Amino acid sequence: MDLETLWFVLIAVLWGGYFLLEGFDFGVGLLLPFLPRDERQRSTMFESIGPVWDGNEVWLVVAGGATFAAFPAWYATMFSGFYIALLLVLVCLIVRVLSFEWRGKGESPRWRSVWTWANCLGSFGASFVWGVALANLVNGVPLDSNGDFAGDFGDLFSGYTVIAGLAVVLLFAFHGATYLTIRTSGDLCRRASRAAQRLSLAAALVGAGFLAWTVAVAVDRNDKSVFPPILPAALAIAAIVLAVVFVWQRRSGPAFASTAVGVVATVAALFTSLYPRVMVSSPDFGNSLTVESAASAHYTLEVISIVAAILLPVIVLYQGWTYHVFRQRLAGGEEADSSPGGAASTAAPAEPTA
Amino acid sequence: MSLVASTTVDLARLQFATTSIYHFLFVPLTLGLGPLVAVMQTAWYRTKDEQWLKLTKFFGTLFLINFAIGVATGLVQEFEFGMNWSVYSKFVGNVFGAPLAVEGLAAFMLEATFLGVWIFGWNRLSPKLHLATLWIAVLGTWLSGYFILVANSWMQQPVGYKIVNGEAQLTSVWALVSNGFALRAYVHTMLAGLIFGSIVVLGVCCWHFLRGRDVTTFRKAAKLALIVAVPVTMLQLVVGNRFGEAVTSAQGMKIAASEAQWNTCQPCGFSLFQIGGFTEDDQTPSFSITVPRLLSYMATGSFDGQVQGLNQLQSQEQRAYGRGNYMPNVEVIYWSMRVMAYMGVLMFLVAAIGAWLYWKQKLVRARWFLWPAIVAMSFPYIAATAGWILSEMGRQPWIVQGLLKTADANSPSVSTTWVAISLTVFVVLYITLLVLDFWLMRRYAGRGLDGGETEAPEAPAAVY
Repeated sequence: MDLETLWFVLIAVLWGGYFLLEGFDFGVGLLLPFLPRDERQRSTMFESIGPVWDGNEVWLVVAGGATFAAFPAWYATMFSGFYIALLLVLVCLIVRVLSFEWRGKGESPRWRSVWTWANCLGSFGASFVWGVALANLVNGVPLDSNGDFAGDFGDLFSGYTVIAGLAVVLLFAFHGATYLTIRTSGDLCRRASRAAQRLSLAAALVGAGFLAWTVAVAVDRNDKSVFPPILPAALAIAAIVLAVVFVWQRRSGPAFASTAVGVVATVAALFTSLYPRVMVSSPDFGNSLTVESAASAHYTLEVISIVAAILLPVIVLYQGWTYHVFRQRLAGGEEADSSPGGAASTAAPAEPTA
Repeated sequence: MSLVASTTVDLARLQFATTSIYHFLFVPLTLGLGPLVAVMQTAWYRTKDEQWLKLTKFFGTLFLINFAIGVATGLVQEFEFGMNWSVYSKFVGNVFGAPLAVEGLAAFMLEATFLGVWIFGWNRLSPKLHLATLWIAVLGTWLSGYFILVANSWMQQPVGYKIVNGEAQLTSVWALVSNGFALRAYVHTMLAGLIFGSIVVLGVCCWHFLRGRDVTTFRKAAKLALIVAVPVTMLQLVVGNRFGEAVTSAQGMKIAASEAQWNTCQPCGFSLFQIGGFTEDDQTPSFSITVPRLLSYMATGSFDGQVQGLNQLQSQEQRAYGRGNYMPNVEVIYWSMRVMAYMGVLMFLVAAIGAWLYWKQKLVRARWFLWPAIVAMSFPYIAATAGWILSEMGRQPWIVQGLLKTADANSPSVSTTWVAISLTVFVVLYITLLVLDFWLMRRYAGRGLDGGETEAPEAPAAVY
């Protein structure tokens, strides 16, 4: 594999990591106003992603930085072309970051409610727009002969891309619900399990529809054959269907593993449908940006390849370790966890003993 | 750049200036408060003195409130290059993108991941491991500063590249990361971070001395702040000066403008204050106070050094790059340089007087000093803002010194309306954040060590 292709794969991996990890953060956020019985359970939901959301969001920062370094023309065209969409993403993400930090800083129900909804709407907006934006890479946007975006904000919306946005929102909500079933206990866990069941069919139907449509779009607009995009798409559909089965069987571990595979395979399906282009141009297909034309020179790719080869495994190790540290299920507040130290894991982490 | 900017480029510049200055209100406090909180926790770990634990949690909460906004606004900076400056992004991506990508991989991952563990790990990790997570997060913040300054310094002094098909391509990663400009900028910026941290901790302590709350505990924090503040404010005056020498060789125009030095001089006096003399039509100030030979020393390291004037540099650059105006806004650059430097001196005085009072055991009761020390919390913010205005506006008309002009670097596909919309959105959002953040910081800083009258002390920011 040449370095350009390697970096295309790496950027797909970074997006996959971002969707896998921040996907359940967004999912938990989407469910915040609807799932918990009371404010204590809501705080526990926040706490279930509290230690990890920031590290998860860095996958996006790295995906952006890697695109800038490895494919400057892709970064330049995508970020300037999807201007208003990315502005929306930024506003959503900023509001969301603040909700984590500030919700607990005020006591009034109104203050807490504002930040709960801020997190929910921020999660919704960011999930939806990312779905629309990534689908547009495959579906094609107007590019001029210079590789610059030549359309308008409205060009980003079509039946396919809107379904993509909805599919991502539903998949994340589903993924977030299965995440809560492995991270909480008691009543909150039961509620999460019910939410996962209710979401499962909608997520599976819209998700499968979107994936099938993606393969069709790849064939139709990106000069691909059905094979290989069909492989990750089929894997994604299979994983999501399995997840549906598992949530109805109340098998939380396998259910979460299945939504995780489903989300990652969905990203894989999009990027497989995209390769060897990085942005499809439509109507002038000849203006599409390709892995070759958008890539940095060999030397830059070598440098960042060495850095990534060293650091990515280390990152996976230490982020994995954090999930190990916070593996303990959180009770919703009303019932003490049976495991040792469980009482400490309720909404307000206790004082260090001293 | 006028405030009533009308073109896309002007609006995009205004947006970058607004969002990056805003971002940098939060970043340096994170850089400086992080190690101070880590030292406090280390002191608790070593001595088991409860007061250090209370201080760790108290300043840890301020640190985290601040860190959150730094993260949120940092993402805007990363996106903004591509959104508003696509020509620039394509031109520099080969070189500039690499440190940005490495910053994410090497630094942001560390700080974000380990800070999360620190916030929530109080009773899940051994005290030693828990302390280590904070130090690792601090290491992450300090690494990120290095990589972003490597990227920024390349815009000031491009090194290790060649131009191929109208794009800059990296030829030596070693030259990029060991750029003398970057190393000096790094030391200067990290010292600024420590000044932020120590001056803010000192100011908060003085506020509590005034109110007579938790005095014995805050005296420990004040001592720590002073131990840091005295040497770093002093060192910064020297380092800032050395940094000036690096700028002289890379960006003569920036130095000439920062002194409103229209004609080449040898030796050159340093203008402390002047009225007029800031435009091509009015090159002689109507009033000025000047220290003989000081500018020669500051710009070149020798009291007899030659400093080139704006007029001479303008002719040279026209010969090199063609017709055009190669001078930045002299008045803005002159004053931003002075505001930064004078604030630096003032902060040194605050630190020195505070240390003397502490040594004489009078600090807690010296009301005449406590009030100015509280006001001094604003000085690092003013100095850092002035410093970045000097650095970035002083580079104009270039976006990459000598290689690409700002006017040619914006996104062709982005209309003036779009930039205006995003600028408005950011300004409204950021002002709201600033008001909320100030309110929260003030509330928490004023609360005292036991979280107010009734509440028990809590783990920093871990309560949703």
